[in-house]
Amino acid sequence: MGFLSYFISGVSLGAVYAIIALGYTMVYGIARMLNFAHGDVIMVGGFVIFTIVSTLGMPPFVGIVTAVAACTVLGVTIERVAYRPLREASSLAVLITAIGVSYLLQNIALLVFGSNSRQFTPIVTLPNLVLAGGKLTISSTTIVTIITCIVIMIALTLFINKTRMGQAMLAVSEDRGAASLMGIDVNKTIAVTFAIGSALAAIAGALLCSAYPSLTPYTGSMPGIKAFTAAVFGGIGSVPGALIGGIVLGIIENLSKAYISSQLSDAIVFAVLILVLLIRPTGILGRKINEKV
Amino acid sequence: MAEREKKPENIPMLEVRNLSISFGGLKAVDGFHISIEKGCLYGLIGPNGAGKTTVFNLLTGVYKPNTGTILLDGANITGKKTIEINQAGIARTFQNIRLFKDMSVLDNVKVGLHNHYRYSTLTGILRLPAYFKVEKEMNERAMELLKVFDLDGESGYKASNLPYGKQRKLEIARALATDPKLLLLDEPAAGMNPNETAELMETIHFVRDHFQMTILLIEHDMKLVSGICEKLTVLNFGQILTQGETSQVLNDRRVITAYLGE
Amino acid sequence: MTKKKIRIQNAVTYGMVLIFWAVVEIMDRTGNLSSLLKGLLVPLCMYAILAVSLNLTVGILGELSLGHAGFMCLGAFSGAFLTNCLEGAVPSVGVRFFLALLLGALVAGVFGLLIGIPVLRLKGDYLAIVTLAFGEIIKNLINVLYVGYDANGFHFSMKDTTSLGLDKETGVILIKGAQGITGTPRAATFTIGILLLLLTLFIVLNLINSRTGRAVMSIRDNRIAAESVGINVTKYKLMAFSISAALAGMAGVLYAHSLSTLQASSNNFGYNKSILILVFVVLGGLGNMRGSIIAAVLLTALPEMLRGLNDYRMLIYAIVLIVMTIFNSSPKAIELRSVVMDKIRHKKTEKKEAA
Repeated sequence: MGFLSYFISGVSLGAVYAIIALGYTMVYGIARMLNFAHGDVIMVGGFVIFTIVSTLGMPPFVGIVTAVAACTVLGVTIERVAYRPLREASSLAVLITAIGVSYLLQNIALLVFGSNSRQFTPIVTLPNLVLAGGKLTISSTTIVTIITCIVIMIALTLFINKTRMGQAMLAVSEDRGAASLMGIDVNKTIAVTFAIGSALAAIAGALLCSAYPSLTPYTGSMPGIKAFTAAVFGGIGSVPGALIGGIVLGIIENLSKAYISSQLSDAIVFAVLILVLLIRPTGILGRKINEKV
Repeated sequence: MAEREKKPENIPMLEVRNLSISFGGLKAVDGFHISIEKGCLYGLIGPNGAGKTTVFNLLTGVYKPNTGTILLDGANITGKKTIEINQAGIARTFQNIRLFKDMSVLDNVKVGLHNHYRYSTLTGILRLPAYFKVEKEMNERAMELLKVFDLDGESGYKASNLPYGKQRKLEIARALATDPKLLLLDEPAAGMNPNETAELMETIHFVRDHFQMTILLIEHDMKLVSGICEKLTVLNFGQILTQGETSQVLNDRRVITAYLGE
Repeated sequence: MTKKKIRIQNAVTYGMVLIFWAVVEIMDRTGNLSSLLKGLLVPLCMYAILAVSLNLTVGILGELSLGHAGFMCLGAFSGAFLTNCLEGAVPSVGVRFFLALLLGALVAGVFGLLIGIPVLRLKGDYLAIVTLAFGEIIKNLINVLYVGYDANGFHFSMKDTTSLGLDKETGVILIKGAQGITGTPRAATFTIGILLLLLTLFIVLNLINSRTGRAVMSIRDNRIAAESVGINVTKYKLMAFSISAALAGMAGVLYAHSLSTLQASSNNFGYNKSILILVFVVLGGLGNMRGSIIAAVLLTALPEMLRGLNDYRMLIYAIVLIVMTIFNSSPKAIELRSVVMDKIRHKKTEKKEAA
């Protein structure tokens, strides 16, 4: 039963990674940039909820809605101010700006909330699920996390395939120049992508902090890196890839924490990523890129 | 026995038999064969998408052929890597110019000289006497090559700052720096105006005579082709339509049809 | 000609480092150096070496690496390990430090080679994430490494000190997992740091302007064309990558000898450190070694100079980073700058004509 319990919480952690990874993968697919600040948007989401629920004492639902709204605005603002001026610049310059934005968000949070960790009140207040006569307990947070992830995946797939904006996103990710010739507003499409990614980051923040309830200005950065790893692992640019990558990574991390060494779990996660990339250089579901001679 | 009695001079520089490759079921090149004598200026022509550049990529090891053999001056180079093929004696230029754009014109040619003028990495770092000696020889040789193409005045320019026509010439100079037996030119006149093309024709002739070079070139400019190529092979949909003396080939009805349609 | 220009440029770079050294020394001798700045001197040299060496990978080879701190970590630990090991055998701290520098560079270089063989086949962002992953793995592994020795020789463990099974009489623990290495003599001085920086510059600048450097840059500019003229792409990629790693290892040894306690913490050797070094390289200019040094020195000193502003200093740092990058790289900013420059030039010529 121990194994099953670790496995399920691994899936749950993986579901959070998957939601964060979506933000990375969509932005990378459409804007061709590695948004290093994405992890810190999660942290901002966490602090917004913390402020509203723990400090102001409002219900969790209000906290989540506010956090989603705040992160969406934040994501779009970051894109407009810091990334759009560099649309035609080298990808390295954009990477450095993203790093700058990441430092900025961390340090603003540091100024406002200080460096001490804050106790996050879990937003899920449902009772835990007890199975097999008390041998297996699954926390309600775990269940809510997994369900949320499934709902987001389905909704996002429908959005991309069924709506005009979704189709525009696909077109921009395929060929930005051609898309703009076809009358697609590239800037608007990229802004919407950032909006969606950041909204998802807020939700991920809520779920992450419910599962690991200590909140600091640096809370987002390691999960951000791991979610990016998950996105690369699954094949960056691919929505189902983010799901697979996230879940697999979460399971590996939790099982290695339980059975090998908690200090080495990150090393094991990264080792698996390296192995996968060496066998499939563009990830599990990534498309192969051929250079034309 | 009769084969062996042939004198080495009679071995063709390039002998290709039954060369084929397919991409995802589509036969890009099918049963290609060619025999190019030493010192010949040979043209490979055909409509867009006929598979000409693919032939070049097969000859230079960018792609591995599914079938066929490639003999360079009698030596089998089929399936070898690009570097090995270059060291065996094939150098090329590219349809979409591929210079080392952030390096100087001189350094572009010196990269071409890389395998012929050697000193170790440590010699380079420690600036041992061999470094200065070999670098001097390299500079002289590189300047000689640049002079052939009238680029010696621009040797210090960044390659990407050269005008288009000169970039094409620099690519040829760089290829020649590797001291090849066979030079492959992929659309050398693309994007040139008639004056530049005429000048290029002279240069190609000069290269052939001056370096005793065997040259295979892909070209769309019929004036250039008929002006300098001694022999032609026409490709269409990956297969050879016809090959032979230039005048004969250009008067072939099938060739005209392939280019102009029915 | 260009060759002459390159020589002048390099001389300016060396000169700049020497002048920096002289100014600092004079200030130190005359007592004009605050203790805060004094503590910053060795790290400044270390960051400059790291930036120059990473610039070899990113600017000259053209591959994005986010694992530079991992190589630095390898160098730091193998160097400090050697210095402590030889404590009995070699009494001179200077000699031990020198040997440690060699070993640190060697170990990091060998790992650069071993990691580079599988990894350098990947491109762009994939290479970036894999190098980041390697850096983290190295840091995590060293963090759980226990090494000790006794009369029976060396003992290794990945668990704890007791599982080393050391002889109680003669046993000495050298590396204590997350607690790292303690007691390394603090032999690193500013002058040694400057000497190592000059050595790094000598190696990197001479490498660039040699046959090997041209081969490496040709791969950066156009891999397919480089292959077509007979350049062995794998060989030169590995060479540049492992030289870069070895120099980072050397910087690590320098660092290890400036601390009394060396720990493989995220703060010291995490991916954030690698990113920090990359920031120096990009802001200093790809392939521009002098720029790397200037950026490393300014950006390391900046947060310290802003100490008066306390809580706001890192905030200002972040904003400076964003604004500088946009100013440097945004097409609009570049256009604006060239317009302004043209106007200035225009005025100058007008003045000349008038005169």
